[in-house]
Amino acid sequence: MTSEQVNINLPEGSIEKKTTRLNLGPTHPATHGVFQNILEMDGERIIKAESTVGYIHRAFEKIAERRPLYQITTLTDRLNYCSAPLNNMGWHLTCEKLLGVKTPKRVDYLRVIIMELSRISDHLICNSIVGVDTGAYTGFLYVMQYRELIYEIYEEVCGSRLTTNMGRIGGFERNFSETAFRKIEKFLEEFPGVWNEFENLFNRNRIFIERTVGTGAISAERALNYGFTGPNLRAAGVDYDVRVHSPYSSYEDFDFIIPVGKTGDNYDRFMVRNEEIWQSLSIVKQAYQKVQAFKGTEADVYHADAPEYYLPEKADVYTKMEALIYHFKIVMGETDIPAGEVYNSIEGGNGELGFYLITDGGRSPFRLHFRRPCFIYYQAYAEIIKDTMLSDAVVTLSSLNLIAGEMDA
Amino acid sequence: MSLSHETIKEKLNSQFGEKILHWEESYGMLAATVQHDHNLKVLSFLNDEPSLGFQFLTDLTGVHYPDRKGEELAVVYHVHNLKENVRLRLKVFVPIEKPDVYTATGLFSGANWMERETFDFYGINFIGHPDLRRVLNVDEMDYFPLRKEYPLEDQTRIDKDDEMFGR
Repeated sequence: MTSEQVNINLPEGSIEKKTTRLNLGPTHPATHGVFQNILEMDGERIIKAESTVGYIHRAFEKIAERRPLYQITTLTDRLNYCSAPLNNMGWHLTCEKLLGVKTPKRVDYLRVIIMELSRISDHLICNSIVGVDTGAYTGFLYVMQYRELIYEIYEEVCGSRLTTNMGRIGGFERNFSETAFRKIEKFLEEFPGVWNEFENLFNRNRIFIERTVGTGAISAERALNYGFTGPNLRAAGVDYDVRVHSPYSSYEDFDFIIPVGKTGDNYDRFMVRNEEIWQSLSIVKQAYQKVQAFKGTEADVYHADAPEYYLPEKADVYTKMEALIYHFKIVMGETDIPAGEVYNSIEGGNGELGFYLITDGGRSPFRLHFRRPCFIYYQAYAEIIKDTMLSDAVVTLSSLNLIAGEMDA
Repeated sequence: MSLSHETIKEKLNSQFGEKILHWEESYGMLAATVQHDHNLKVLSFLNDEPSLGFQFLTDLTGVHYPDRKGEELAVVYHVHNLKENVRLRLKVFVPIEKPDVYTATGLFSGANWMERETFDFYGINFIGHPDLRRVLNVDEMDYFPLRKEYPLEDQTRIDKDDEMFGR
């Protein structure tokens, strides 16, 4: 073969350029949830993506219109089920804002402990799944036992693990037990070492860096325009955090920093979540010390004085008339709630989790809308993965931390 | 906080006058009711005017008030000025027979699915929306489920015979 014959010239139009349509999901091991992406592929490159959601829509907003406030807590569990207590606390805080219930400091600090533990468990799952999707299963299995420990703490506090229904309007249903505090201590002691090892496995790992740096990036302008919040927005370089901007549950008493990224790519999202875990750990530590500082009768405070909304002690129900009346009214959901319109938001696991509650004076909300961060930022996915490789799109999906339950409400 | 509620009120009133129908303040958040054909104008003024700077759309949703004759449906926007950390609620009422408002997708990309969701559940027609389809419900659905005329299933019904998920 001579050198002139290297290129075969085919007549124009003799080969038809074809793209492939690929269904990623609705049930696919790499999507970690129920959502579908219809990808138009040119080889391994994505040229167009269309997202379909709603496979597990359960009409929570409609159901909430019939339920009294305390029964809605169980609906919020099922939004972002990786950090259910965060949603519970957000809901209680919304109700307390509407009803004007003021919680004691100890309740606030106990809530902070729980909220930060669930943030840790949320970020821990997200980051270890990013690891799984880049080919490192070890980290995921290794840190999983510490999520287990967090779940044991939940269990000790409220009796259940995944869908927690934790806390009540005004505080907690019971005081934290000694075992719960011992488990929190154990977690604070053991987890830093484990997370250090996890970071050693990934942060400077060449394979991991090559898979994540520069992929799935979104600029700060686009992220804001898309309504990003939480770690995904902070990874793009915007230091917006509800805990700092509009402190709730006494977050102003704690000392912590908001980590921000620069490029908004998968690596930055991973690193922001890592750093947030360290910050959350430090907040848990501070809150634990503050809680331990309460002595005597103060150490028994675990709920606000809100008899109309907080269930009385069972012993009182049998012996006191007021307690019996309140117990009956609360359980039957016959307490009328004041008419009003309130928007309250907390820093959820993956962004600003908002509750927009309208009441008309009846026993249940007139309208309840959840601002679900996942639903809002997932629409950017098609834009982010355009012109990237399929394998990067999978990593992007997990590093955005999409939770189907939250997205579909 | 340099951007006070009074300043916001003054600026919007002087720009739009009677198109702002009502002001109220509940639980620390200022809320304005805007004439329904002015929703986009007000949103873009809030967005573009440097001294206001409400450039972040936090939430967009619908509400159905069956008792308000002639303005049964409401679209509620929550916008946020992240620099000053001030939130503002905008409400737009439309009649249920002709629920038309202008889309905010030109200003906020994030409004796309939020408007689709509002269309899906309340049937609000966002004029100019690039892709106004149902998002959470099935495409074949021919009603708007969050409207108040569709009650939840009666919890005491006994006519259902379901062997697998019996009640």
